[in-house]
Amino acid sequence: MIAHAIFFYIFSIIAVISAIMVTVSKNTVHSVFFLILDFISISCLFIMIGAEFLGMIMLIVYVGAVAVLFLFVVMMLNVAQQKNQWFISKESSGHIPVGLVISVIIFFELIIVIGGWKYKPDLLNSTNLFIEKGVSNTHSLGQVLYTDYIHVFQISGMILLIAMIGAIVLTFRQREGVKKQSYLKQISRERAEGVEVLEVASNRGVKIDD
Amino acid sequence: MIEIGLGHYLTLGAVIFSIGIIGIFLNRKNIIVILMSIELILLAVNINLVSFSIYLGDLSGQVFTLFILTVAAAEAAIGLAIIVVYFRNSGTIRVEEIDKLKG
Repeated sequence: MIAHAIFFYIFSIIAVISAIMVTVSKNTVHSVFFLILDFISISCLFIMIGAEFLGMIMLIVYVGAVAVLFLFVVMMLNVAQQKNQWFISKESSGHIPVGLVISVIIFFELIIVIGGWKYKPDLLNSTNLFIEKGVSNTHSLGQVLYTDYIHVFQISGMILLIAMIGAIVLTFRQREGVKKQSYLKQISRERAEGVEVLEVASNRGVKIDD
Repeated sequence: MIEIGLGHYLTLGAVIFSIGIIGIFLNRKNIIVILMSIELILLAVNINLVSFSIYLGDLSGQVFTLFILTVAAAEAAIGLAIIVVYFRNSGTIRVEEIDKLKG
């Protein structure tokens, strides 16, 4: 129990500090690195609490795919000259107190909800999927995911496909002056335009490509 | 303090959610950081769902988290593609200079 508490506090403090650093750091690349650290510590929390499949998926999807995507975009967009500053002049800094006040209000609303909420016993008697003892997390998720949630699962696959198509369509551009292979031209080539039969006069030879 | 319960995880989720909102409000320079703040907010939602799922003994929260991960990945891909296209067209991704819609 004490080990649980110690690990929870370590990982959550790392997560909170790196989340703060994501928002306040001047360099965007550092922000991406702190985002990676945040995801890693939260996935450690997930693994520790007993949702090990989601923790591992989080490592693969977020750290392996999304954060690398962010790094690619930061690399391509040359953000070195447009550093992440909060304001340029005094006049344009009026949004800072408003944003702070709104987020503090939201935070305290959430804390009031959490603090005032009793763990109701009838809430524990949810009729849905119980986590079975003795079955691993991955096993039970797989049992549910491909039977009860199969349609939602396939719709999420469609969402990923549409996102892929959308990203390709958005960033695709036709470039001028680039030599490309033309399949149609290659396939529709006939013998008559490729080969020419000549009568070669003796001792004269043939001049090609004049 | 020593006994870690559901409230601790929910508080962690609330803190990370508020930090994400602060990041959206206070950031005036770089639109990529706003996308990262949205990722932080989705991460806080995931923390809440997973901790409820574990402490109530109900698996559907984790299934829901899986779908949120999918949608978050799709959203990041589309958002970054839009940012790349916008940078190619206008040469800047500073939040103050993106005012074509005059909103």
